[in-house]
Amino acid sequence: MKYPRALVPALIAVLVVGFWEWFVRSGRVDDVLVPAPTQIAAWFWSALCDGSLASATWVTMRRLTLGFVMGAAIGIPVGALCARSRLARDTIGVLSLGLQTLPSVCWVPVAIIAFGQNEAAVLFVVVMGTVWAVVIAVQESVLSVQPLYLRAAMTMGSRGWHLWTHVIFPAALPGIISGLKQGWAFAWRSLMAAEIFVVILSGFGLGSLLHAGRELLRMDQVVGVMLVVVGVGLLADLVFFSPVERWLRRSRGLER
Amino acid sequence: MPANPSTESSSQLTLCHVTKRFHGRAGLVTALEDINLQVKEGEFLVLVGPSGCGKSTLLSLLAGLEQVDEGSIKLDGADVVEPGRDRLVMFQQDALFPWLDALANVLFGLRLKPGLNDAERAEAARYYLDLVGLADKEKAHPHELSGGMRQRVALARSLAPNPRVLLMDEPFSALDALTRDQLYGDLQKIFTQRKKTIVLVTHNIREAVCLGDRVVLLSPNPGRIRQVFNIDLPRPRRINDPALATLAADITTALSAHLAEPKEGLV
Repeated sequence: MKYPRALVPALIAVLVVGFWEWFVRSGRVDDVLVPAPTQIAAWFWSALCDGSLASATWVTMRRLTLGFVMGAAIGIPVGALCARSRLARDTIGVLSLGLQTLPSVCWVPVAIIAFGQNEAAVLFVVVMGTVWAVVIAVQESVLSVQPLYLRAAMTMGSRGWHLWTHVIFPAALPGIISGLKQGWAFAWRSLMAAEIFVVILSGFGLGSLLHAGRELLRMDQVVGVMLVVVGVGLLADLVFFSPVERWLRRSRGLER
Repeated sequence: MPANPSTESSSQLTLCHVTKRFHGRAGLVTALEDINLQVKEGEFLVLVGPSGCGKSTLLSLLAGLEQVDEGSIKLDGADVVEPGRDRLVMFQQDALFPWLDALANVLFGLRLKPGLNDAERAEAARYYLDLVGLADKEKAHPHELSGGMRQRVALARSLAPNPRVLLMDEPFSALDALTRDQLYGDLQKIFTQRKKTIVLVTHNIREAVCLGDRVVLLSPNPGRIRQVFNIDLPRPRRINDPALATLAADITTALSAHLAEPKEGLV
């Protein structure tokens, strides 16, 4: 019998959520600590209706996009420079490798001291979270471009800027895209850390909503915001990164 | 016609006392020693020899991808110091850009050639794709083509900017025998039609005899020219021709004799 692939996972999800609902309602756990799915749904609906969820998501997305774009705009040329020059690789490259492993929350104190409790601090944390992963990915994918492509292009008269734009970047593009995808995930995490720790009045993002949930002891809000965060991350992957990656793989014959 | 044969004046590729060394694990290795060679306009020269004889290195030197340590290489009297459009290379395999379709691959070199407008470039690219029999594959990406078709596109790509010399680095070595035979025919046809100066590197002696006007035999450790054979067989030649097979056997014998001579320990 043929059935859609999504059917079984969907059934399992319904079962799990159903069990969860029953478990909380049966009074075995305190619903302040573990809210039932319907409670979370109720919060979600009310937050949607009063506009707080939409505005928080908007604020968060705006910061995320700005920080990510800045991180990528810095990371791509710096990564290319590291691939190009051994000195840059031995200095900036090694530094990037180290800083990439640094959890982005660690940038929060630096940001607060340097910029104060404001947008700039949040942006700084997001950029710091993004840029190193992008630098490393661009450096590695440029370094692993097949030398044969470069030799072929050079015999045809390609040099310098033309070589970069017409051969190196197209050849390295799959690696650069997966680096950007990783950068996006890092940016997302950094932003949540920043929004929870940097208390600012200029905008109330998802992280602040999460923080407020904690202060009000509203577990339904906390879990609800977490689900939104997961959903937004998944959506970004689904509507942007995955299609781009699939198109790249398909046009180069790496996937049918 | 995008390429006008009358503009091709008498070119000559001259190699004078060319020596090339590499830093290997065992110290300084002499890859090529005192190579003297002249390639005439419109000549099809083939370099053969066992692996390690420096034939690919010699081609890289001609392409300008590497520099000589001693001696000189001149094309039309000018020193070869860097890669250039006048000496295009067709590589062993898969040097096509996978992100471009067949037409765009052929256009790559043409776009870098000054003095043409877009219409002329497109016309030239289509002309050469047609010449290698792939007029209907211009929108295909390399992965959608067979190995033989990919090498045909590569041939079109290196012919399209109309180089003074076409350098071929074992272009058929990764292909199956049937496709290879077909390409021998095609290449000879193109060579007779377009009168291009070609330098081809191969380890396949029959291939050398089938394609070359002259076959230069190199021997390794260090890479030297051992013997030069003039091939006077009429074109088009077929790889299974008995006269061709006899000549190839002679060259193989000569090669074995040279290899047995100084020191053993080779293939």
